[in-house]
Amino acid sequence: MKIHEYQAKEILRKYSVAVPNGVLISEKSEAAQAAKKLGTNVVVVKAQIHAGGRGKGGGVKLAKTPQEAQKYAGDILGMTLITPQTGSEGRLVKKVLIEEGMSIVKELYMGILVDRESSQVLIMASEAGGMEIEEVAADTPEKIIKETVDPVIGVQPYLARKIAFALNLEGAALKAVIPFIINLYDAFVKEDCSMLEINPLVVTSDDRVLALDAKVDIDDNAMYRHKETQTYRDIDEEDPTEVEASKFHLNYIKLNGNIGCMVNGAGLAMATMDIIKLSGGEPANFLDVGGGADEEMIENGFRILLSDGSVKGIFINIFGGILRCDVLARGVVAATKKLHIKIPVVVRMEGTNMEQGHQILKDSGLNFLIGNGMKDGAQKVVKAIK
Amino acid sequence: MSILVDEKTRLITQGITGREGMFHTEQSMLYGTKVVGGVTPGKGGQTVLGKVPVFNTVSDAVKITKANATMVFVPPPFAADAILEAADAGIELIICITEGIPVTDMVDVYKYLQGTKSRLVGPNCPGVISPGKAKIGIMPAHIHKKGNVGIISRSGTLTYEAVGQLTALGIGQSTCVGIGGDPIIGSRYIDVLQLFQKDRGTKAICMIGEIGGTAEDEAAYYIKKHVTKPVVGFIAGQTAPPGRRMGHAGAIISGGQGTAEEKMKVMKRCGIKVVKSPADLGKTIKKVL
Repeated sequence: MKIHEYQAKEILRKYSVAVPNGVLISEKSEAAQAAKKLGTNVVVVKAQIHAGGRGKGGGVKLAKTPQEAQKYAGDILGMTLITPQTGSEGRLVKKVLIEEGMSIVKELYMGILVDRESSQVLIMASEAGGMEIEEVAADTPEKIIKETVDPVIGVQPYLARKIAFALNLEGAALKAVIPFIINLYDAFVKEDCSMLEINPLVVTSDDRVLALDAKVDIDDNAMYRHKETQTYRDIDEEDPTEVEASKFHLNYIKLNGNIGCMVNGAGLAMATMDIIKLSGGEPANFLDVGGGADEEMIENGFRILLSDGSVKGIFINIFGGILRCDVLARGVVAATKKLHIKIPVVVRMEGTNMEQGHQILKDSGLNFLIGNGMKDGAQKVVKAIK
Repeated sequence: MSILVDEKTRLITQGITGREGMFHTEQSMLYGTKVVGGVTPGKGGQTVLGKVPVFNTVSDAVKITKANATMVFVPPPFAADAILEAADAGIELIICITEGIPVTDMVDVYKYLQGTKSRLVGPNCPGVISPGKAKIGIMPAHIHKKGNVGIISRSGTLTYEAVGQLTALGIGQSTCVGIGGDPIIGSRYIDVLQLFQKDRGTKAICMIGEIGGTAEDEAAYYIKKHVTKPVVGFIAGQTAPPGRRMGHAGAIISGGQGTAEEKMKVMKRCGIKVVKSPADLGKTIKKVL
């Protein structure tokens, strides 16, 4: 789950990771007061949306007076912010974070993630702060410091020192960054983050070390043990259809094509998208109904597929294991009748109770197209919508 | 021949009294797997499925039944603990079906297992089947056929798809291993490839991957160096958008890494016969045999 910058900073504060003082507002009128309260010469006005690249879209402004802060807050609140990560539809800004300004002498990068190669937690750091780490990795991989963490001992001072020296820090900043790294790792593990990125991590002219920005993703699988973090979810930042699907434990991701697909299993669902494309069509979505789908789930799956107005045909591709084909067929027939589906529906099913399933489709009197294998099914649906 | 599981495997199920655990234990027994017991803390002393004794701890079960394999159906919050318990009791093969284990739990589990003799398959996987011998997992048994193709995959139903195509062509499988769709898994492609290379009953290998991570690339380089048997490969998610998690926790293209295109390129370069269409898996394997 993605969370907002101000929420990420709330978490970091709990673990004594230094972050700038800030005030969250949702009304323009609160801005001047907030700026005065912070009391610094300049303040930063930052749009709170999940997508990155906010500065490029005009969502981050430097204000020299409280009046200016108020003006910028007014501009940003309620705007549809378009960044390289939001897509052309952009995101509505509902909240703004006003933060103290500071005199920055160094901008660094620090990220923590679970590294699949080593199956351990990996800390990445770089002197090239403020840049996309992917760009740094592509252009100058030697500038990225990488240290894996042994889960048994966690981040010990020696490891933090190693990173600090590699970042060419010295004096008070060097001393300050060591607990910063230790606490950051602590927050990552205890809060079950799947990704934590501080970009930039800044050193100020008075040798403070702070997380100027913070991007945190929380592991969905661990959400059950973080009641507080659950309240951080911002449904407005998610696709409404995907939110609806998640209520029924369906895994749905909207894509740009016009062939709706319903599949059991994530791998087969991806392979089904691929074969639609190879057959000359464009998949409208990824939809995994899982292994234990019942009639009700299939009906809900249909409903979600059809809520996308661009869907011109449906391809159901099921390899029955635990999910029996007769159960699936009954669900498909019931949903087709109930939802008065008029667009072509191609059903490809194989596995447990396949014959009974096909008989049910045949006896229904509805006009299903039957796919004989996944290639044939994909070709049939592509042809049917032409 | 086969790898990992066969008629000699002595299986217990952790979480045997749960709905899923019970159902799939019974299915495995019906297939011929030697199920010697089950574990559910607090339910020790019971007998289920007519003859299967339930124990409170894995170490009790091992002491009495000489079990050497376990199938884990314990719910996600407790699954990591169940894996650790099995390893501590000296179980050689731990197959974890459970989906949704927090990744930080798996970081700890992975580290702990390094110092033990246990091999973990999964989590979030369909399990392992050696057709005609034994099945440990949730795959539909009847689509399989005894033979000489080894299958290794991160996905469940997509593996069934490959098996279905092979069986329809009259080609059987030595062992099918689902390694799981999570970012941290116990056995990787290379661990299983190594076993298939050594197994005299395996003549060709089918490797099914998906977007995300670099495990397939790692496997491809391994194959180039160490595997002399023909390998056919497929990568699911050629049309997946970057930055979105496609069902499996591990299936995400991030920072331009882990795309299907990139993986397929590396696999081809390493001598793997890569099919673009999942519908071509069966016939391509037939060609290389």
